[in-house]
Amino acid sequence: MSTTTPQIESLVRREYKEGFVTDIDADTLPPGLGEDVIRAISAKKEEPEFMLEWRLAAYRNWLTMKSPNWAHVDYPPIDFQKISYFSAPKTDGPKSLDEVDPKLLETYEKLGIPLEEQKALAGVAVDAVFDSVSVKTTFRDSLAKAGVIFCSISEAMQDHPELVREYLGSVVPTGDNFYAGLNSAVFSDGSFVYIPKGVRCPMELSTYFRINALNTGQFERTLIIADEGSYVSYLEGCTAPMRDENQLHAAVVELVAMKDAEIKYSTVQNWYPGDEHGRGGIYNFVTKRGACRGDNAKISWTQVETGSAITWKYPSVLLEGNGSVGEFYSVALTRNMQQADTGTKMIHIGKNTRSTIVSKGISAGRGQNAYRGLVKVLKAADNTRNYSQCDSLLIGDRCGAHTYPYMEVRNHTAQVEHEATTSKISEDQLFYCKQRGLSEEDAISMIVNGFCKEVFKELPMEFAVEAQKLLEISLEGAVG
Amino acid sequence: MNTMLSINNLHASVQGKAILNGIDLQVNPGEVHAIMGPNGSGKSTLANVLAGRDSYEVTRGEVLYNGENLLDWSVEQRACEGIFLAFQYPVEIPGVSNIYLMKAAVNARRKYRGMPEMPAVEFLKLIREKIKVVDMKEEFLHRSVNEGFSGGEKKRNEILQMAVIEPTLAILDETDSGLDIDALKIVADGVNSLRSEDRAFIVVTHYQRLLDYIVPDFVHVLAGGRIVKSGGKDLALELEKAGYGWIEIAPVAEAADA
Repeated sequence: MSTTTPQIESLVRREYKEGFVTDIDADTLPPGLGEDVIRAISAKKEEPEFMLEWRLAAYRNWLTMKSPNWAHVDYPPIDFQKISYFSAPKTDGPKSLDEVDPKLLETYEKLGIPLEEQKALAGVAVDAVFDSVSVKTTFRDSLAKAGVIFCSISEAMQDHPELVREYLGSVVPTGDNFYAGLNSAVFSDGSFVYIPKGVRCPMELSTYFRINALNTGQFERTLIIADEGSYVSYLEGCTAPMRDENQLHAAVVELVAMKDAEIKYSTVQNWYPGDEHGRGGIYNFVTKRGACRGDNAKISWTQVETGSAITWKYPSVLLEGNGSVGEFYSVALTRNMQQADTGTKMIHIGKNTRSTIVSKGISAGRGQNAYRGLVKVLKAADNTRNYSQCDSLLIGDRCGAHTYPYMEVRNHTAQVEHEATTSKISEDQLFYCKQRGLSEEDAISMIVNGFCKEVFKELPMEFAVEAQKLLEISLEGAVG
Repeated sequence: MNTMLSINNLHASVQGKAILNGIDLQVNPGEVHAIMGPNGSGKSTLANVLAGRDSYEVTRGEVLYNGENLLDWSVEQRACEGIFLAFQYPVEIPGVSNIYLMKAAVNARRKYRGMPEMPAVEFLKLIREKIKVVDMKEEFLHRSVNEGFSGGEKKRNEILQMAVIEPTLAILDETDSGLDIDALKIVADGVNSLRSEDRAFIVVTHYQRLLDYIVPDFVHVLAGGRIVKSGGKDLALELEKAGYGWIEIAPVAEAADA
């Protein structure tokens, strides 16, 4: 019944608590894109020569590409000459904590991410990326003792060029798609992780991305390599100030899992979503892909997407090794004018490969939420299995949910299953909860949390709580 | 004794159609009132109006609860003030465990009274004790609310919630419908164990059967949106023998279209 719809809709409006701006001197390139800009970025990062060549080749190829238009999202054309491609706070490079600008420490403290190791969440190492640079990576020494490399990708290019050279672009080639191409040309910072053979990473690794500067794009590049028999759990979080202009975050994340290795990659994405009229917010155009290079490798993506004006991402797994496993667990919430077109691609190449997809889309306000997924089974991939489940929950009657499952199966021994449901939070459910004494807000957040349970249980414990809170806050409103 | 619930000349409609046409009813603490009547007589409407369901519109009359104007309160305030409705059709909430909902319900009341949340250990102790009342296994607590429950399990779950929440005024809306005799006994035992001198029950039922097990102090017959006859527990037996036919034609001819 429509009587309570306005109430429900007012519930899904809330303040964006991470929307503050840090007033800090920055070294920012003027807006514009060209080979000179790419040379300038590469020079600022003191990169080896091969990186500059790689970037320039990517750029020249990108010039021949066209912006994709197949996603179920709507936005005006982006003028790439109006974006600044590099902005760094003027305290260059990650040094010891004493040398990090207190304003930056304060910023992360305010976001609930203390960079002092003694204050940090037990068992979690953090790489903090502010606009275009990493400002601090914690627990590096303790990790180094286990042989784990965890640093910014800028440092990795200098300290471990052989690893970067071997793996960068090996999962997402520079010409893969329009935004991956742009990222390859101008990427600034992100995290680099290498777990040696047989090592179980002793801590959760995490990267916290913050966009601060005006009119600046953030071009994150992350590369994680898990060598044979190793294990790592990695989490990224992201926030940005409230601004009336749209800002671009075009990331590329590459994961490589060798034989018997496992990578668990979790995202809690809370970029500024824009206001209720659709003004401002981040364009989150991201390419994330993992390759199970060896037999029995496993890559698991878990994402909770509550922010961004537009989200466009499909964390995927190339199941190359026999018996390898790919998983994708996703919660995507769109409210106000937010748009999300997200899903996954599972490419079954090896024999006996398995994949699981669980997608939960929640639409409120005038939000548009699309699941787009591809399950592809190649000819030689015998006895593969896929299970996909896509559930959509609608809150109010002005939002939309869309499901686009694609399947390409070239091997008759494959078992591919797809289930999809769409439901609304019913007046009956709300009345039932309220009759038990719960406020409407609590009732909605309880029902939504229940809907997302299968995904939340995949998150590392500390972050499951955070994700649940984030969802609660996202649904918090003026009623009550 | 102070009257707990005082319903005076209550009129209510659903989507513009008048369903209740002047209900008068007084309920005192410790009493069990049975509301009987044929289908469409307004029994469930009365239960839902008292609980505060949105789609039911009160057009005339008043309801006082412990002397205060009940109709001014939101659904959740009524709940926190001690009114409990056992649903005729309990609602499924996928992914939300039964125990979670009950804990949220208990804590919502405590918050309303300015009390801190109940400590987890204390809550577990409480629920283990209450689950015996309805003869349910502990795994029941961890299943999603009503999801995949049989009809009987759903109704027992309502009684479990009632036992945990410990309301002041419990309204049972056709809790007996669809129950076999064993489930019916369990439900009745649950209700009887909660009977006390400061708690009252309104038991809405179509059949006399339930009243063999929950013995009411008063029986009211509803027809055409009015109470057409009130009496003691024997009235239910009378109805069982004679059916509702004799009532419908008697004093409420003008509301016979209900």
